Amino acid sequence: MAGVAVSTTINGDHVEYLCQPDETLLDVLRDRLGLTGAKEGCGTGDCGACSVIVDNRLVCSCLVLGAEAEGRQIETIEGMAHGDQLHPLQQKFLEHAALQCGICTPGFLIAAKDLLAKNPSPTEEEIRFGLAGNLCRCTGYDKIVRAVQDAANVMKGA
Amino acid sequence: MRYIRPQSMEDAVGLLAGAAGPAAVLAGGSDLLVRMKGGFIEPELIVDIKAIEGLGEIKETADGFSIGAAVPCAVLGENAALQKAWPGVVEAAKLIGSKQVQGRCTIVGNLCNASPAADSVPALVAAGAKAVVAGPSGKRTIAVESVPTGPGRTSLAKGEIIEAILLDKRAPNAGDAYQRFIPRTEMDIAVVSAGVNLTLDDKGVVKSARVALGAAAPTVLLVEEAAQLLIGSKLDEATLERLAKVCAGACRPIDDKRGSIEFRRKVAGVLAKRVATTAYERAGGK
Repeated sequence: MAGVAVSTTINGDHVEYLCQPDETLLDVLRDRLGLTGAKEGCGTGDCGACSVIVDNRLVCSCLVLGAEAEGRQIETIEGMAHGDQLHPLQQKFLEHAALQCGICTPGFLIAAKDLLAKNPSPTEEEIRFGLAGNLCRCTGYDKIVRAVQDAANVMKGA
Repeated sequence: MRYIRPQSMEDAVGLLAGAAGPAAVLAGGSDLLVRMKGGFIEPELIVDIKAIEGLGEIKETADGFSIGAAVPCAVLGENAALQKAWPGVVEAAKLIGSKQVQGRCTIVGNLCNASPAADSVPALVAAGAKAVVAGPSGKRTIAVESVPTGPGRTSLAKGEIIEAILLDKRAPNAGDAYQRFIPRTEMDIAVVSAGVNLTLDDKGVVKSARVALGAAAPTVLLVEEAAQLLIGSKLDEATLERLAKVCAGACRPIDDKRGSIEFRRKVAGVLAKRVATTAYERAGGK
């Protein structure tokens, strides 16, 4: 089966790859490009562990074909920190211990980044609704919500 | 499997019409990719319609709105003019899935997936929305309610694609609304749902009405009797009680762990009352 040639931009870098027509963007990121930050939880768009941003839209990369990435701008968790400097959300997740096993964390960070980009001062309810597409079986969500609130305050001051 | 992203509707229709095996249209993919992963469909050809010009746009015309088949539901919520004219349609579209799913899912996909519980469909039917169908023999415009024919089945012929949903220009003193019942606050599928669209005269009397129920039968229900009893009223308590009774009686729901037949009937009536009241207030009635 011939592959589909794709030319795209991931975290600001020009990337070219060949993928199968039925291969998801999540599988391309993880298995072809070595970007294993996005996780496969459910594979059906319910858990948000594979969240990435495509052309400024938060999406589940398990529900996007790799072939669809042609000409798009993709942001993944790997592009969130600048070198050794963590993004404020990453820093606050650490400080608030907003993770335990960590599988859901990349998805939560990307979803929270998208949330704060569109709404820099969300209420607690807006954070909970905004992150409803991300499931966490460890934290009970409270610490995640507090970390996002704290990061929002830091980012507004920056 | 082949993946093709045509640049024109003619090419897309030609590809689908000429496909030897199962073929699927890809817009948001939030149903298609899940069905592929589950092994429920194994397409030989996927036609991605997102590169076709105009399909990613909401156009405001002299006649109303034309919502392209590739417009994600999140974009509907960001369109102030659409939100003002058709708040019920927009609130229904925004209930589909999470933020992640909103960034991909489309109302045309919701319609063509033909789930009885599709959130945007009762709102579109109440709104009197039309679907523009492109196919091998040209274009036709049909009522949204004539698209689904049963769970997972549509009236579309081989090679046909819905390219846009049309909503009329809003008359003054008009309002629509949609609500569903789910056992949690978000990220769930309607157990039962209702959409109502009303136009009032200058005195607040209902001039025209459309009432639609979702997840209450194998396809969306347009309840003509309910609309007729609202017309000429100001939604007084007795009229609302009759509305609830008629809607409960119109349901032909399934009986499952998410809701018994009796429960679905009861809630359909309750939702119809609430939604009619909201639509009436949005139309400026008191």
